[in-house]
Amino acid sequence: MRKIAIIGIGQTKVHEHWNLSIRELAGKAIFAAQKDAGRKNFDALFVGNMLSGLIDQQNNLGAVIADWVGFKGEAVKIETACSSGASAFRAGMMAVASGEIDSAMVVGVEKMTDAAPNDITSALATAADSDWELEQGVSFVGLNALIMRRYMHEYGWQHEDFAPFSLNSHANAAHNPHARLPFAISEKQYKNSAMIAAPINLMDASPTGDGAASALIVPLESVHNNKRAVEIVGSGAATDTLSVHSRKMPLFLQAAYLSAKYAYAQAGNAPEDIDFFELHDAFSIMAALSLEACGFAEKGQGPRLGLSGAIKLKHGGIPICTRGGLKARGHPVGATGMYQIIESVQQLRGECGEAQVQGAKIGMAQNIGGSGASIITHILKIS
Amino acid sequence: MEIPRHWRLKKQRYGLIGEVCPHCDSKIFPPRDICPDCGKEAKDEFAFSGAGEVYSYTTIYNAPSGFEHTIPYTVALVQLEEGPLITAQLTDVDEEHVSIGMPVEMVTRKLREDGDERGMLVYGYKFRPKLVVAA
Repeated sequence: MRKIAIIGIGQTKVHEHWNLSIRELAGKAIFAAQKDAGRKNFDALFVGNMLSGLIDQQNNLGAVIADWVGFKGEAVKIETACSSGASAFRAGMMAVASGEIDSAMVVGVEKMTDAAPNDITSALATAADSDWELEQGVSFVGLNALIMRRYMHEYGWQHEDFAPFSLNSHANAAHNPHARLPFAISEKQYKNSAMIAAPINLMDASPTGDGAASALIVPLESVHNNKRAVEIVGSGAATDTLSVHSRKMPLFLQAAYLSAKYAYAQAGNAPEDIDFFELHDAFSIMAALSLEACGFAEKGQGPRLGLSGAIKLKHGGIPICTRGGLKARGHPVGATGMYQIIESVQQLRGECGEAQVQGAKIGMAQNIGGSGASIITHILKIS
Repeated sequence: MEIPRHWRLKKQRYGLIGEVCPHCDSKIFPPRDICPDCGKEAKDEFAFSGAGEVYSYTTIYNAPSGFEHTIPYTVALVQLEEGPLITAQLTDVDEEHVSIGMPVEMVTRKLREDGDERGMLVYGYKFRPKLVVAA
């Protein structure tokens, strides 16, 4: 396998894009990545998307987007629920690393605002087990609430102990022009926001939205003089049981643990080498579980990193969600994994202004599909 | 309308029929072809007693399509006395009276209506607080 790098990134704001279709969103991100890379050609197109068949009445999405951007080569859609973006990225990465192709354009895209809210709730719930979870009327928020309530019970945490995750993401999003909710919130706002599915309230949950993010992957040897090139040094993917109820440890993200372990081994890194971590805070409980599974906290102790301030930008700990995370950058589900990747590239290039992690050389991104069933972890590095 | 899909799950939904692994005696619900404990083939049927306790719970206010008419409703992870966890609605109880560890038992109830007024009624298991029988 040869070494590979990202040489161009592009994104749209995560927003209610009433005037843009799914293909226009994807096109904007791809054109931006081409401009950023200073080249237009690529050998294959990998599209990460979850809902186009359910919400946009559009499958064959690889061909749809290839057609829109004037590309005639191979194009596929890859779907692993909310981790579709990182899965598409990993597929593109493997294709270039293997030598099968010399460049891959990867785009994560989701168009959510065309559908009514309860149809979106139903569509998102298809990430869970249709026969054994959904038929009982449980929503995706509901599954996370079941995990969070038990977690609080077993480890003795209170709801407000999760506030720092939400406050940190919002504070960081205030410096990200592409964020869905680019403003800080107070602890009082967190405590007083509406309950959705106890113990999860509105400020524990990430907002949906329309968005697309894209990256161009090439062999590292072809760009060794390019100081903006970001190397992909580690990549790992793993699965866990589809249903929460089938897990031996429902409060531990086994697939996060495994995918991070593979990525660390490939990169030759350990948690203490990571300068920042773009994790999957779809719900605040997931931020805690992700930190624990990846070796930043003991089991049941994830909230401590929030309470101590270790997750903040300028604290010397492990900054997370530096561009707003899912909570405040937004969660256009199948695009989210690609937002995490390109935000990591922005940090490593030093392009984040007030939200810059000073001297960042190694970053990690982790994308979660379902309630932990499909998890992909990437480690990126700049020389 | 997904009639065959509901029909083929009727034993599990109405009777809480799962499996017991012939190799390691692990009790399995819902049924699957490979035992999650020992990795060998598991196909022997096993009827669960329906007794269990609440492992976790929440109440749904924003329901997926098909369940809008029954909000709010409480969903739980129930730990069956034979071991497995199961996702199920709680019934005959309000959320404020539910607690982790509360004993519950399986009952058969309507889960939802599939489609409009001509759609089929989907029945299945829910759990209610365990009834105490007077001596």
